[in-house]
Amino acid sequence: MRFYIRKLVAFVSTLILVSVITFLVFQVLPGDPAQIILGVDADPQQIAALRETMGLDRSAGERYLTWVKDTLSGDFGESIRYHRPVADMLVERLPVTLSLALFSLGLTLLVGLPLGIYIARKDGKLSALLLSLFTQLGVSIPSFWLAFILILLFSVTLKLFPTYGYTPWSENPIGAIKSLFLPSLALAIPGVAVVIRYLRNTLLDQSRMDYVRTARSKGQHEKGIMYRHILRNALIPVITIVGLLIADTLGGSIVVENVFALPGIGSLLVTSIGTRDLPLVQTMVLYIAIIVVSINFIVDILYKVIDPRIRLKR
Amino acid sequence: MTTFKKKFALGLSTLSILAIIISGCGSNTGSINTSNGASAESETNTGTAQNTTGKVMAGGTVRVAMSTEPDNLDPYLSAATDTQSMMDNVFDGLFEAGENSDLIPAIASSYQVSDDGLTYTFTLNQGIVFHDGSELTAEDVYYSYAKLSGLNGQEPLSSKFSSITSIDTPDDYTVVIQLKDKDAAFLAANIVAIVPKDYEQQSEKPIGAGPYKFVEYKPGQQLVLEKNENFYDKEHAPMLDKVEFKIMPDTNSAVLALQSGDIDMIPGITAQGVLQLGDGYTVVSGPQNMVQLMALNNSVKPLDDLKVRQAINYAIDKDVIIQTVAEGNGTKLGSNMSPAMKMYFQEGLEDYYTPSIDKAKELLKEAGYENGFDLTLTVPSNYQFHVDTAQVIADQLKNVGIKVTIKQIEWSSWLEDVYNNAKYEATIVGLTGKLDPHEVLGRYETTYAKNFFKFSNSEFDKLVNQGKTEIDEAKRVDLYKQAQTLLTEQAVAVYIMDPSRTVAMKGNLQGFKMYPVQKYNFAEMYYTE
Repeated sequence: MRFYIRKLVAFVSTLILVSVITFLVFQVLPGDPAQIILGVDADPQQIAALRETMGLDRSAGERYLTWVKDTLSGDFGESIRYHRPVADMLVERLPVTLSLALFSLGLTLLVGLPLGIYIARKDGKLSALLLSLFTQLGVSIPSFWLAFILILLFSVTLKLFPTYGYTPWSENPIGAIKSLFLPSLALAIPGVAVVIRYLRNTLLDQSRMDYVRTARSKGQHEKGIMYRHILRNALIPVITIVGLLIADTLGGSIVVENVFALPGIGSLLVTSIGTRDLPLVQTMVLYIAIIVVSINFIVDILYKVIDPRIRLKR
Repeated sequence: MTTFKKKFALGLSTLSILAIIISGCGSNTGSINTSNGASAESETNTGTAQNTTGKVMAGGTVRVAMSTEPDNLDPYLSAATDTQSMMDNVFDGLFEAGENSDLIPAIASSYQVSDDGLTYTFTLNQGIVFHDGSELTAEDVYYSYAKLSGLNGQEPLSSKFSSITSIDTPDDYTVVIQLKDKDAAFLAANIVAIVPKDYEQQSEKPIGAGPYKFVEYKPGQQLVLEKNENFYDKEHAPMLDKVEFKIMPDTNSAVLALQSGDIDMIPGITAQGVLQLGDGYTVVSGPQNMVQLMALNNSVKPLDDLKVRQAINYAIDKDVIIQTVAEGNGTKLGSNMSPAMKMYFQEGLEDYYTPSIDKAKELLKEAGYENGFDLTLTVPSNYQFHVDTAQVIADQLKNVGIKVTIKQIEWSSWLEDVYNNAKYEATIVGLTGKLDPHEVLGRYETTYAKNFFKFSNSEFDKLVNQGKTEIDEAKRVDLYKQAQTLLTEQAVAVYIMDPSRTVAMKGNLQGFKMYPVQKYNFAEMYYTE
């Protein structure tokens, strides 16, 4: 029980810290949101009027407290740039980013897990060497570059997928899959490389353990040793990686959403920072923080479920 | 022992790859038919020849890549140039901006100015209807202008209309406007949108009288317009059925999308982008009425010395900048006016300072800076074009002993430090042109709040003030030409170039026209067979 309470306290204090830091950063950053929105040629009257409607004439502390109060009561305020409730905008854009994240995570695991096991089994042989080369590439290629290569190959040359844009699931599920496929692939390829590497290393580490030798000496089938013993013990680091991958995907989606012009959280975050749209940025950062912290929380719990020894240690 | 695992691992991965391919191919046929039919066919044509002489075809959809989101759909609350270029198709004003910095009558059929230059009488065309079907009358003009000038009791929405003291509507098609002072720039201000009276939902569902009707705006995705069948100007009636502005923040993906046939037009394509496209596309390029300059802060040492500023002007070779930074796509300038403003442009100033290292060194010596000095050049980091220019300039100034430090700052910081507070030594920026010369040259007036050049010259102030009140066009032209010459002589800045605006379109999309303001006139565009 104490374990959960401690986790919960950490969870809440992280969120408070994140919100305070986000708010402070925006106070320190130079640039008047009203001027940025209206541009070089805006009338001074226009700017003054906009500042007032944005509440920028009030003190920072006052604005922060109002924001906290409103957020707790479920009101995330209104976007400065779009003049729309932040909550509505997030509800519109969340499905895009979530579909993208799930899609790419699915692809990553579907391709990464079997390949990782395969490489570990084939350690030292030529095919494994080639795959290692691929993982080296996959880890080091920047995702925006990968995105362009994919567009060039699949959209411009083969004309299989659209180059940009998003089709909502409700409109056309096949169209949705098509519009999400290339961006997910761009995100998944580096992920696959990471999964393969980690899985290979942990599997090899585990296979050198005493319990494997014991199992072997007892005459157990190699297949059985792999799936019943090694893989099970190797799962813990893999779960950690999956947690990291989800956080990674959220970061990568910012770049990928921009390249593919997907109306998701990532691209919204970029424009909002550029336009100093504080209500929008704050809520989004908070949302991302909640996801990342929750993933860590879930990963911790999963550890305990898989490996009872962890429970004893804490 | 290995066969099973091999099969398992390979099987699973090939299965997933297969699934990917199948889902890709299977869905492909469906969507090409629905959204891509016409464009997929025309793609084959564009590859072979540039169809400049094809038969004009009515109808069709144009998908345009826009790099920014609209800031506000209400024409009076929007300030972003990109938004105005999109929404200009929805709204019409009393006048429209013409191709040669002239004014073309639109909603107004004619106008008269009183001898004292204070009373403007506009006669409206009859039978104009807004997109909601209501007729456009003098009352709508009254409502629109009262809003802009603050005569409705609210804050005025535009300083260009603040000198209006009264608006009268003697009948349904006549509007009489009274100004406080003579204001020659007032006429050009009348390109502003006329909106239907008492309609307060322009931000959500804009209604105007222009050639295209607003259909929808999906943030982050698209803004869609459709043809206005009841457009009053039958001579310039729109031919294209639909215009879809697609929000695509990444310019590289826009080029790829044009190549794949997913979009039809990129309004602001880079020189590299054009090279990547290759043949088979309509590419229109020309001055965009922008002045790219290296602004010098005339109030800081040693830039407060005319000789130093002139030395800098002699040391910089604009042709090299145009060749290296703009791939030759720019018009050399000598003062703060682009030749796109055909009427007001003073010719010949671009060669006033013929590049000469000797002359520059001599001037520096006279000013007491024989060994040069250190100069900080602040550039907005998000404009690669200006950053590149800064690098070339730093290199050129090194030849005369001026050691340039390039300081890259974010755009919002640039607005704050450089533009609003003039806390800088030198900077590079592009100033967008306006339809009226006063809005362009008024930036240098001593009393102008955002005179970030910190230039102050009584002779110049006199010239532009006279220009502001001069109703006689020929005299006005002369005054502003003198003012331009003065800026050049005083070496207020290094006026570099008007970087060309390049628009790339599908080969069979024709009729794009260049204006001195950023205007995409879709009413003039059409597809050819």
